[in-house]
Amino acid sequence: MSVLAFIESSNGSFKKSDLEVASYAAAVAAASNTDAIALVFNADDCSLLGTYGISKALKVSSEQFNASSYAATIESATTQEAATILVCSSSSNSKYIAPLVAASLNAAYVPNVIALPESETYPRNVFSNKGITHTKVNSERSIIGIALNTFGVHEKPTQINQVAFTLVTSSSKTQSTSTETASDKISIADADIVVSAGRGLKGSENWGMIEELAQVLGAATACSKPVSDMGWRPHSEHVGQTGKPVSCNLYIAIGISGAIQHLAGVSASKTKVVINTDPEAPFFKAADYGIVGDAFVVVPQLIEKFKAFKSENS
Amino acid sequence: MKILVCISTVPDTTSKINFKDNNTQFDTTAVQFVINPNDEFGLTRAMWFKEKTGASVDVISVGDASVEASLRKALAIGADAAIRIDSIPKDGFSVATEIAAVVQDKNYDLIIAGRESIDYNGGMVPGIIAHLLGYEFINKCTALEIEGSTVKAEREIEGGKEVLSSSLPLVIGGQKGLVEEKDLKIPNMRGIMTARSKPLEVITPQGTAELSTDITFDKPETKSNITMIPADQLDLLINHLHNDAKVI
Repeated sequence: MSVLAFIESSNGSFKKSDLEVASYAAAVAAASNTDAIALVFNADDCSLLGTYGISKALKVSSEQFNASSYAATIESATTQEAATILVCSSSSNSKYIAPLVAASLNAAYVPNVIALPESETYPRNVFSNKGITHTKVNSERSIIGIALNTFGVHEKPTQINQVAFTLVTSSSKTQSTSTETASDKISIADADIVVSAGRGLKGSENWGMIEELAQVLGAATACSKPVSDMGWRPHSEHVGQTGKPVSCNLYIAIGISGAIQHLAGVSASKTKVVINTDPEAPFFKAADYGIVGDAFVVVPQLIEKFKAFKSENS
Repeated sequence: MKILVCISTVPDTTSKINFKDNNTQFDTTAVQFVINPNDEFGLTRAMWFKEKTGASVDVISVGDASVEASLRKALAIGADAAIRIDSIPKDGFSVATEIAAVVQDKNYDLIIAGRESIDYNGGMVPGIIAHLLGYEFINKCTALEIEGSTVKAEREIEGGKEVLSSSLPLVIGGQKGLVEEKDLKIPNMRGIMTARSKPLEVITPQGTAELSTDITFDKPETKSNITMIPADQLDLLINHLHNDAKVI
């Protein structure tokens, strides 16, 4: 038996989420005295994965993402390596593929896992981060989807053997025709810092200072639900229970009162700073640092302070 | 075109979440139940297809009699018929397997389910149904156009979107974007009246084993006390973020 990690890579390099999957797979494998093997898409050099405990990389290349082809390739690797546990991330692609693999292998799919198993149960987020459940797997094989930026990356230098693996093609009629990503902006999922703003900004014309603050910090921009519903910002920036989840290291909420749905969606973030004119805003009860003040006064000053900090510390 | 919309009944997004019976059960006291928001976007998109192309729309739920309120609401919005599989939902795998077994000989062209329910956040029902029925599958679907049997869709990816072509029969995991929030359908009085006479079929489950079981629950740790920073002393914030939180 073995533990198999599904590693997507992006243009041949590994994101933090990839290394988190490798680290988790290595820890689970170590606990059951077995090997952590990675099935890696589109990366020539997988030596970095050895640093995080992967002892064998199966390297496969695919011109474009195709869910059913990827799922079939994962099944093929699972069979070849006699893997009983498959570890994947919470990316859009992982959440697309995992149910297909689960159905095909008759394997339990346990998503949003936040830590290593204890007494044979996996702790995972439920109720949109308002609760945690401890889930027991009843099937022989299982797929563990780990929540982003929760387990973390853990070095475990290991000799890694890199071998080629064959892509299983698919007759699926679902094909990608194009992708549109904002190449100049960091995505909310990848960002260590997210600067988010709400109705307190009073209108879309006032987002210049939010974007400037994000730029200074190398952060992604996000917004509350009312802001995206009113069309001030695109839906892709809406974070919260029905929008995107956020689990970054630093979340700065500006002019967001903190409705329970918003708090649930961002609660996995490690440090939260709230700036709001209303000292009674519910977000202050869920934050680490709070500033009662007018965003139009505080944010421009913060931009200058962060700029000064960056120039001193770079 | 025959459309099926899978509907889950979940606590309203404003609900406070508590557990009971030694933290082994979700406490439904004072909880308002609603149609899962991700399913609601798909339901409204299905109604759009019905109005534009004359598609038929059925809705299905797995649950006890309490979920019939959601099915009746869907009928009041305009769905033609409802199916309830009479079983308390366990894991996503068993829910999807039960739905697939009921619909496999009904020849739906399009099956819409939410990308995940906002209670157990499993996110596996649409994908497993697609695999079991041998349908095409698009997850996190944010736009869907159908011409004949040609499908053009979009799905959310990190930092953007992917445009896909596909064909029927198809399952999608739907979410916001399929329709806008402001376009969500609300039942009117006439719809509520006609819903009463629309068919709601109750089916005995085949009894699928669950592949995973939620044993106990707890609540996330609450935040330690907030540190307030005076608005004229922002250096303090920089200092805390750098030296204490170590996030900059």
